[in-house]
Amino acid sequence: MTASHSMPAERLLDVEDVHVHFPMREGLVKAVNGVSYHVDKGEVLGIVGESGSGKSITARAIMRLLPRNAREAGGCIRFRPRTGEEFELSALERNSRAVRQVRGRHIGMIFQEPMTALSPVHSIGDQICRTIQLHMGFDRQAARKRAAELLARVRMPRPQQMLDNYPHQLSGGMRQRAMIALAISCDPSLLIADEPTTALDVTTEAQILELLKELQAETGMAIVFITHNFGVVADIADRVAVMYLGRVVETATVDDVFYAPKHPYTKALLNSIPRLGVEQGRRLPTIPGMVPDPFSVPAGCSFNPRCAHAVPGVCDVTAPEQHRFANGQAARCHFAEQLAEAVHA
Amino acid sequence: MTDQALDPVATPAPAAAKENLYTARPWTLVWWRFRKHVLAMISLWFLVILAFMAIFADVVAPYNPFGIERLLTFSQPTAVRIVHNGQLTWPFVYALKRERDPVTARVLYEDDFEKPLPIQFFVSGDEYNLLGLFETDIHLFGVDDRRAKINLLGTDGLGRDVFSRLIHGARVTLSAGLVGVAFAFVLGLTLGSISGYFGGWVDASIQRLMEFIRSVPTIPLWMGLAAALPIAWDPVFVYVLITLILALIGWTHLARVVRGQFFAIRDEDYVMAARLAGASEYRIITKHMLPAMTSYIIAALTLAVPEMILGETALSFLGLGLRPPVVSWGVLLQDAQNLRSISLAPWLLSPGVAVVLTVLAFNFLGDGLRDAADPYGQ
Amino acid sequence: MIGFILRRAFWAIPTLIFVSLISFIIIQLPPGDYVTAYAAQLRHGGEYITAVQEEAMRQQMGLNDPVLVQYWRWISDIVLHGDFGHSLEWNAPVSTLIWDRLGLTLAISSLSMLFTWAIAIPVGVYSATRQYSVFDYIFTVFGFLGKGIPDFLLALVLMWISFVYLNLNVGGLFSPEFQTAPWSAAKVVDLLVHLWIPILVLATGGAAGLIRVMRANMLDELGKPYVETAYAQGLSEGQVVWNYPVRVALNPFISTVGWALPALFSGDIITAVVLNLPTTGPLLLKALQMQDMYLAGSFILILSVFTIVGTLVSDVLLAWSDPRIRYA
Repeated sequence: MTASHSMPAERLLDVEDVHVHFPMREGLVKAVNGVSYHVDKGEVLGIVGESGSGKSITARAIMRLLPRNAREAGGCIRFRPRTGEEFELSALERNSRAVRQVRGRHIGMIFQEPMTALSPVHSIGDQICRTIQLHMGFDRQAARKRAAELLARVRMPRPQQMLDNYPHQLSGGMRQRAMIALAISCDPSLLIADEPTTALDVTTEAQILELLKELQAETGMAIVFITHNFGVVADIADRVAVMYLGRVVETATVDDVFYAPKHPYTKALLNSIPRLGVEQGRRLPTIPGMVPDPFSVPAGCSFNPRCAHAVPGVCDVTAPEQHRFANGQAARCHFAEQLAEAVHA
Repeated sequence: MTDQALDPVATPAPAAAKENLYTARPWTLVWWRFRKHVLAMISLWFLVILAFMAIFADVVAPYNPFGIERLLTFSQPTAVRIVHNGQLTWPFVYALKRERDPVTARVLYEDDFEKPLPIQFFVSGDEYNLLGLFETDIHLFGVDDRRAKINLLGTDGLGRDVFSRLIHGARVTLSAGLVGVAFAFVLGLTLGSISGYFGGWVDASIQRLMEFIRSVPTIPLWMGLAAALPIAWDPVFVYVLITLILALIGWTHLARVVRGQFFAIRDEDYVMAARLAGASEYRIITKHMLPAMTSYIIAALTLAVPEMILGETALSFLGLGLRPPVVSWGVLLQDAQNLRSISLAPWLLSPGVAVVLTVLAFNFLGDGLRDAADPYGQ
Repeated sequence: MIGFILRRAFWAIPTLIFVSLISFIIIQLPPGDYVTAYAAQLRHGGEYITAVQEEAMRQQMGLNDPVLVQYWRWISDIVLHGDFGHSLEWNAPVSTLIWDRLGLTLAISSLSMLFTWAIAIPVGVYSATRQYSVFDYIFTVFGFLGKGIPDFLLALVLMWISFVYLNLNVGGLFSPEFQTAPWSAAKVVDLLVHLWIPILVLATGGAAGLIRVMRANMLDELGKPYVETAYAQGLSEGQVVWNYPVRVALNPFISTVGWALPALFSGDIITAVVLNLPTTGPLLLKALQMQDMYLAGSFILILSVFTIVGTLVSDVLLAWSDPRIRYA
């Protein structure tokens, strides 16, 4: 909980037991309820979860860009970029100088809606140049040159001309490329991509994923890739954290998640993905019930009312602890061990 | 599986109130949301009371608005007191003593502490005809004394009771606002819906017309049109024409709201769904589109009333609108046009306060209605 | 951009024709015509002209021609010769009466517009970024009051307050001793002493409405994703707010300039009457009361033309500031 113990050398970002609450008229919403994950240098962490599971809010807690009505209720976020200095982000004010130094410089962020995430009244070039000039101390000329290079790097056609174009003149995929150029303009150590392909069509999505993978390989930056799509995660991520109702329920390498899920929720989610080669006429399994409304989260394990393996008297009474496995996999389930055996059996 | 999906596993049995919320009719919902808007509720009450006072002005006003009192000119507002000789009593006023300032020779009125006059309700006074039904002389309140008067807002230069004139003026000013809005509503609704429904060149030309009207400075135009009315005409006729002039310029805003709504709703998926379901054009408009629009239109109408009131007041104030003997707030404010009379009798500005309060009340009410009518609002 | 301006300017032409027609109709509206009024004026002075003479005058001035012909004559005189007709009341050509008054009107209107903006933009931005703060509430109340209080009432009350409590003789733009004096430093000071009330009155009325517009626009914009993007670049709050959402929120604001101008002229008229300013307002009012229709019609025409030009300017400004319109 405290920052006393130092981060391992390969560690880039450490999110520990973060809580974010929203006081609403109807009650307190614990949008993020003890989330922990970490990102190592140069790795791609996929974060999967339904809408409302708190994945975006956690990302905003890292960026210190929580909505104004949010209350932070504990937790520790530490970040050590490639330059070596260490930031305890959770202790920094929303508008402090230190945080502004991290944003854009060390952590870049891509948003879901490329349509609205770029300023409609500034040209692409202006927006990228502003960030470059702010963090890298370039003059106007040099910033423009770098901006053109960046646009070329994100495979924008005619980058020199694109500098003077406005977002509304570009297609969705092009805007997302511009957004990526903006996010990586200062060679950040970490890129947070918040559902960057959700609003795009499938072909464009594939191109953007390909681009992100290339950029990651070129620059060695780490990526936190937030999505609700397991297929996308399988494509891009090294490790996966599955979130449900403000908690990380399972973390594992991408292979372990797909072939040996340890948490019933992960299993259920994977089962509900349609796939080829399964016998015809079989009904696609779904997860029963709905995501509980945020004001009345079930007691005990928050997944218990929808869980096929729930044991009355245990699951609906005590919240499960994290179970760690030898291969580094971890799951928040009372029966994670038994479940693991059942899968292997 | 399906059974389970239907079972609201996660939702604990919702309270009855919540159940209500899901089944309430749209208008009930609007009303619930509106009720939460404190300022709008206060404004609603204020306007309802004001409207009642205006309708029953003859009863509420203690005196005839034209009753000249030569010996009581520019008298200050009478203070209603409840303590006489150090004792708590029924609300009363002191009679006034007429005196002259020894230096300026100005007439001054002073309280005569010897003569407390208890305020009485339903006293008889000037005769009038109640709403054209029957003759009566009962007034809501007053003092039972032939000589002394209760002037809550003082008197004007002819000794007329400003409060009585204010209440009677409310009749004219409020009704001018409402009638003006009614005219504007008919014009705006017709042209706005024609514009929104037909689109194409009809829409384009109506749009142009509206732009023309909007681009002309309102007050000079009002003034020009109003000044063209012959002075000799019957006051009632002038009144109708003035409201018509206000409406001729004010309808554009309403038309814009109606047209905008028409366009927005025409493209909504549920209208498309109704069309796909084979509903007739008439049914789509009356059953699907109009109900969605009424609340917006009501809000827009409410917000249009204060514009009309301000327009009437300004025109009458300049002497181009209604003219005495008609009593409206703008006409009353003519008395307060120069510095001399204001510094002598600041209470002559009270019709101005009434204008401000009424305009604000309509604005708050309109804002409240608009917020309440928005189904996606909080 | 040039094409856009030309297109807009072209669109202004029918509007101009329309308002000139309206102005002419207003001139024509009162019963009787110029000759009737002229005869009445002569009668007033003790002279008489016969019905035959009247008819001859009508014939000579072309008052029996169809209305459209008369309109054409009137408008072409204005456009080609700058001749606005003859004011009966002042017995002088209209054009000699209006220009210096128009100059003052324009000066006061544009000054108060500047003040309106100087008040409304920062206050609106502050209110939106500090939503529900104490000052936000105060400004909201101020906005509502400004909306509810008619300009002339505000002018009256300010005049009264400054007369009774500050012992200032306001009203008019100059003290009597400077009325006809040539321009000097003292006269300018005197002008400034008198100028603050009309500017204050006009600017408050306008600012109250615009603060609400600005605040609402800003609240809309502040919630948009591009603002978050800007924050995510590491810009400070001031940099983000003033460079991004304000730029966008100003757009609808700019488009209201076109409407602010007629509102200012309108407000100016009543305020000027109350404050007795030597601007167009009182002269127009007097002309209307006396049914001096050539003078009144000319004023209405010129004010409307100013307004249309103002709208044109605001359209161009809007296109300049918003690329989405420029390239539409």
